[in-house]
Amino acid sequence: MDINDLRSIVTVLSFAVFIGIVWWAYGGNRKARFDEAANLPFAEDDGDRVHAGPARHEQRKTS
Amino acid sequence: MLETQSNYNYKVVRQFAVMAVIWGIVGMAMGVFIAAQLVWPDLTYGIEFLSYGRLRPLHTNAVIFAFGGCALFATSYWCVQRTCHARLFCGPLAAFTFWGWQVVILAAAITLPLGMTSGKEYAELEWPIDLLITAVWVSYAVVFFGTIAKRTVSHIYVANWFFGGFILAVALLHVVNSCEIPVTLFKSYSCYAGAQDAMVQWWYGHNAVGFFLTAGFLGMMYYFVPKQAGRPVYSYRLSVVHFWALIFTYMWAGPHHLHYTALPDWTQSVGMLFSLILLAPSWGGMINGIMTLQGAWHKLRDDPILKFLITSLSFYGMSTFEGPMMAIKTVNALSHYTDWTVGHVHSGALGWVAMVSIGSIYYLLPRLFGKPEMHSVKLITVHFWVATIGVVLYISSMWIAGVMQGLMWRAVNPDGTLTYSFVEAVKGSYPFWTIRFVGGLLFLSGMVIMAYNMFKTMAGGNTADAPVLAPAGYHA
Repeated sequence: MDINDLRSIVTVLSFAVFIGIVWWAYGGNRKARFDEAANLPFAEDDGDRVHAGPARHEQRKTS
Repeated sequence: MLETQSNYNYKVVRQFAVMAVIWGIVGMAMGVFIAAQLVWPDLTYGIEFLSYGRLRPLHTNAVIFAFGGCALFATSYWCVQRTCHARLFCGPLAAFTFWGWQVVILAAAITLPLGMTSGKEYAELEWPIDLLITAVWVSYAVVFFGTIAKRTVSHIYVANWFFGGFILAVALLHVVNSCEIPVTLFKSYSCYAGAQDAMVQWWYGHNAVGFFLTAGFLGMMYYFVPKQAGRPVYSYRLSVVHFWALIFTYMWAGPHHLHYTALPDWTQSVGMLFSLILLAPSWGGMINGIMTLQGAWHKLRDDPILKFLITSLSFYGMSTFEGPMMAIKTVNALSHYTDWTVGHVHSGALGWVAMVSIGSIYYLLPRLFGKPEMHSVKLITVHFWVATIGVVLYISSMWIAGVMQGLMWRAVNPDGTLTYSFVEAVKGSYPFWTIRFVGGLLFLSGMVIMAYNMFKTMAGGNTADAPVLAPAGYHA
């Protein structure tokens, strides 16, 4: 097999993987886990001594 | 509920954050100095150590690797600890990354003015320093990924994906591009030759922009914008696609630095095409960052830190629109080698990279030194406006100068001879170089204001480290 065949295969595979990632991110029932991940920076409020305004408490709920 | 044994490692974050401000002043002062040399060429009376050719790489190394690098170390070490709920892995190694990086910077400050250079743009440092960079960078990767490995939460927050991608890609870029054969202690030659050498260099050069100056700072954006706005990122799924789209695309855009050169024509076209595709993930990320403020736009009015962060995203959007446009071959035929390129770089470097770093460091400093807020919030606002006016003056003068130079260089008379000699374009550029000098000086003044504010905030500060959060620290 020519090295260029391998290069073409890698390119096509990469594209397929990317489409798969987009499908994974937008399809299915992953909203809850993404919301959970998105709230990670806010799990630390107790240790955070600086006041950042009232909106801290109006974050989107994970439900 | 939050009873824990250990504290976060804030010491190394503190060290890097403070040094980022100091190196920012040094690097930007160097930039202002060489900008002055373009206006007053005899400024240094011909002293070789202070010549433009030797100080220019010192300027770029200082702002990218010293200022930007320290800001990235500080923010990534902060973010990875706080979103993994784990103390930084291997404290001594983290300390080594700090001291090792400072030695690299000092070595650059000594060797570059002495004229020791491998001649590769943004990779000028000679081989012994390259080896030290490699050691520091591998340690950085161990500390960062070690912390992720010992996290006590299940998710790896998206900012850490960006920081992680940046660390891995920069390791790869540095090792491949710095392949060189030492001749003496202070001189080496690249392993590659001719067009291959140029291609490897700009594969490195453009990905230094894509991963060092973009992915890393996007990591900052994904942590500090939500924190300062007090709400989670606009779309987490968009952030996932944003990350992978950048990773899959950036690596192929390098050839646009070599349009109309000895590089094969198809390679140039591939580079141009991938540069155009890059617009999509870049704008996706920018929109994701700005829309995080949805429903809280009023905060922008009186929070100068948020002003810095959101303005940085606007400049990110501007320069990632300008970049793909300049990568189009016919546009590049006009823009390449002119000051337009310099303007484009600084729209990204000052507007995006520096502003997002400044905003993030203003967020960090009071938290690192146990203060409720910065010594003077008013001075942050002053800094913001001085810096913004500086950037606008800088990039608009460079746009005008650049387009003018491009048009003058390509103008031909009916008989085929050039309309203008080179020096006529130089003469025409003078006023714009003066405006650029003023713009840079303003931006530098902003950094000096920041340093004053920082030292005032540090004075009498409490440097106790905050306790590590319990694993189940989620919101119900």
